[in-house]
Amino acid sequence: MISVNHISKSFGKNIAVKDISFNIKEGENFILLGTSGCGKTTTLKMINRLIVASSGTILIRNKNINDIQPEKLRRDIGYVLQRNSLFPHYTVSENIAVVPRLLKWDKRKTEIKSASLLSKFHLSEQRLSAYPNELSGGEAQRVNLARALIADPSILLMDEPFGALDTITRTAIRKEFSTLEEFRKKTVLMVTHDVQEAFELADRICLMDKGEIMQVGTAKELLFQPANDFVKRFFADMYFQSSLSVTKLKDIWPYIKVCETPEHIRPMLFTADTDLWTVIKEMTENRQDKPFINIQQQTQDKFADLEDIMNAFSHYKNNL
Amino acid sequence: MGDTQTLWQFFVMNSDKLFQQTLQHIGLTFISLFISILIGLPLGILISKYKKFSKPVLGIAGILQTIPSIALLGFMIPLLGIGPKPAIVALLLYALLPIIRNTFTGINGVSEEVTEAAKGLGMTNMQILIRVELPLAMPVIFAGIRTATVINVGVATLAAYIAAGGLGEFIFGGIALNNTHMILAGAIPAALLAILFDFLLGRIQLIQFKKIRVIHFLLLLAILSSSFYILPNASAGKLRAGFTPEFIGRADGYPGLRKKYGLDINNVVISDAVMYKATQEKQLDVISGYSTDGRLKAYDLITLTDDKNVFPPYYAAPVIRNEVLLKYPELENVLNLLAGHISDSIMTDLNYKADYLHEDPEKIAHDFLLANGLWRDPRNGKKGTIRIGSKIFGEQYILSDMYAMLIKGYTDLDVATKTGLGGTQIVFGALVNDEIDMYPEYSGTGLLVILQPQTKIIDSLILSKDKVFDFVSKNFNERYNLKWLQPIGFNNTYGL
Repeated sequence: MISVNHISKSFGKNIAVKDISFNIKEGENFILLGTSGCGKTTTLKMINRLIVASSGTILIRNKNINDIQPEKLRRDIGYVLQRNSLFPHYTVSENIAVVPRLLKWDKRKTEIKSASLLSKFHLSEQRLSAYPNELSGGEAQRVNLARALIADPSILLMDEPFGALDTITRTAIRKEFSTLEEFRKKTVLMVTHDVQEAFELADRICLMDKGEIMQVGTAKELLFQPANDFVKRFFADMYFQSSLSVTKLKDIWPYIKVCETPEHIRPMLFTADTDLWTVIKEMTENRQDKPFINIQQQTQDKFADLEDIMNAFSHYKNNL
Repeated sequence: MGDTQTLWQFFVMNSDKLFQQTLQHIGLTFISLFISILIGLPLGILISKYKKFSKPVLGIAGILQTIPSIALLGFMIPLLGIGPKPAIVALLLYALLPIIRNTFTGINGVSEEVTEAAKGLGMTNMQILIRVELPLAMPVIFAGIRTATVINVGVATLAAYIAAGGLGEFIFGGIALNNTHMILAGAIPAALLAILFDFLLGRIQLIQFKKIRVIHFLLLLAILSSSFYILPNASAGKLRAGFTPEFIGRADGYPGLRKKYGLDINNVVISDAVMYKATQEKQLDVISGYSTDGRLKAYDLITLTDDKNVFPPYYAAPVIRNEVLLKYPELENVLNLLAGHISDSIMTDLNYKADYLHEDPEKIAHDFLLANGLWRDPRNGKKGTIRIGSKIFGEQYILSDMYAMLIKGYTDLDVATKTGLGGTQIVFGALVNDEIDMYPEYSGTGLLVILQPQTKIIDSLILSKDKVFDFVSKNFNERYNLKWLQPIGFNNTYGL
C-alpha cells in the first residue's frame, strides 16, 4: 500500500531522516516509535507531502506521490495531528465537514456521515453546534478523529493523536478507537513515543533513532529478538511488563500441562487470545490465595496457577 | 458674530455648512480608508507569506506614519495639486501602517497547528487563506482598521488646509478668528465621528455570524459612505479662488467683499502656507494674500486695489507693556527709531528676501539697519532683559530681530526673543500674561481680532487709518495696560 524507498531529508545542515525504507501492507497498523527528534514525525509528513523528501521515492498503491497533486493526495489521506488542531472558528459540525466540503459532497450525505461517526465516538448530537473551546480534551480529540475519518480515506496518518490527553482519557479513547471498524480496516501509519500505545495498537513497529531505522518488526520480534543494543536498551525499563503484554495465552499453550481442574477450586475463565499481563493482573487481584485459571481454546480446556504460567512463559521464550 | 451667541445658536445658524462639512469629512475618511484597505490588506497578506518583504514594507509604512501630517499634505501639492485628491492620498498613506501591520500580525498569529491541519486535510493555499487564516486573523485586522479610522477622522481635519473641505474648515477658521464656538463646531463633530465609527466598527466586529461576509458588508459600507463625498470643486468655474479659513470667516474678509463688491467667486478653503504655492502650480487664480508678503513678488502676483475700503488698515507698530516702559523709559525712543523707515514696498522686498531667497531674518534685519544708518554695535548691557515675541511668519521674525538689535545697540538692556508664537491669540496671550514684554502687532488685527467692537464702531473707524490706530491705542491702554508705540509705516492688509 505504502512503499517508502531510501528516503532522506535534511533541514540545512541538520539531517532529520537518513535513508529510510519500509513497506506498509494494506490494512496494517504501522507505528513509528522513537524519542522526540528521532525523525518519526518528519517521516510521517513526507507521506502526505507536508514535507518534501530531499531524496528517495514514496509510492502509494505503486504510484509516486510526487505525480499526484498535493491537495488531491491529502484529501484521500486522513490526517490527525499531535495537539488540538480543530479550527477554532468552526463549530464541531463545520470542523467535521471540512473535507466533505473540499470534495463538494452534498449536505445530506455529510450530515448522515457525521451523525453516524459521532455516535461511534459517543458524542451527543447537541455537541455539533459547539465550538472547539467548549469541548473537553477528550471530546476535541474524538472530533479530530471524526474529521479525519469522515471521507473514509483508505490511509490514515496520525501524529501522536493521543499525546495531549491525560493518561486515563488517553487509555479510554485508545481502547475505543482500536475496536473501531474504521480503524481496523484502514492502513494506519501512526507516530508515538509511548511504548505501551505502540504495543497495544501496532501490527508492526518501526523503531527509529537519530533519523535512522533501528528495527522493523512485530512487538514480539522487537522484544525477544532485538536487532541491536539500542533496541534492547529502549525497552529495558518496561521489559517485563512489555514482554508479558505481547505474549498471549495461546502462545504458551503448548507448555501448559494440566488438563484437569482440581475439584475444590473454581477457576477464572480466559480465552486463549488474552495476553499474559492482563491474566496475571487479574489473578493477583483475585481474593483466593491460590488462584487457578481455565484457558479455553476452541473446544479444549487447560488449567494453570501463577507458577505454571510463569514456567510456561520462560519455556516459550527460550524456544523462540 | 456677537459675544452673546451660544454654541447651540452657532450650530443652528451654520447647520447647512456643518452638515456639508460633516459629510465631506465622512467621505474623506472613508474613501481613503477604503482605498487603504484595498492596498493594505493584500500587502499585509503578501508580506505574511513572503516574510523577507515584511521588513521593508512595514518600514516604509512606518516612515510614512512619522511624516507630520501637514508636511505630507504639503508634499502632495506639487504631485496632485490641491483639493480632495491629495488629501485622500495623504490620508490613505496614514491609514496604511495599522492595516498592513495588523493584517501581518493577525495572519502570523494563527497557530501553526491549525494551518498545518488545514493543509493536511487538503486545502489549497488560497482556501487556507480565505477559510482559515483571514477569519482567524479578523479580530486583529479589524483592530487595525479601527485604529486607521480614528487616525483618519483626526487627520482629515487638516485636509481643510489644502482646500479639501471637511470639519477642519471650522476648526482652523475658528482658531484664526479666535472664535471658540467655531472651533468647537468643528472639533465636537469630529470627535463624535471618531467615537461613533470606533463604536460601530466594534459592533460589526462582534457579529460572529458568518465571518467572511463581514468583509463584504464593510466594503459595501465604505463604498456607500464614500459616495457621500461631494467633491468641493465639482462645481468649479473658470476662476478659482483660494481663501484662508480666517479670510472666509472675517467680517473684513470674503463676507465684506461679497457685501461691498457683490463678489461671488468659486472658492475653496486653504492654508496660507500652501496657498501661494498653489497659485504657482496654477491650481488657483485668486488668493487672499497679504499686501506686504514677499511671495507676491516671488510668484508674480498682483494686488488689486481696494477702493471701497473693505480691508481695514493694518499698520504695524510695536505693542509693549506699560510697566516695562515705566521701568525702562529709554525704550520708547529706541523702538520708535524704525517709525517711518519701512514702506509697503520696502517691507515686501524684505519679506521677499526671507520667504523666497531664504535669507536669514537676522541678516536681513542687520543689512537693513546698516543701510539706513540705524545700526549700532551691541553694548552687551546687563541692565535687564526685554523679551520680544513674534508670530510665526517671516515679517514678524524680521521686525522682532530689528527691535532686538536696536535695543542691544542703543540701550544697556539685553534681549531674549521668543519667536514663532503661532497666531495672534497666542502672542497676545503671552504679552498679557507677562511672558513677553513686547511684539509687533497690526492695528487692524488689534481692532477686529482682539477688541472686537460692535459693527457700528468698526464701520465708523475703518475708513481712516488714524482713527483705527487711535481707537486701538486708547482701548489697549485702558483694557490691557498695553501701549502702542508709533506705527512703523507700512500697511500689511489683505490683498487679492
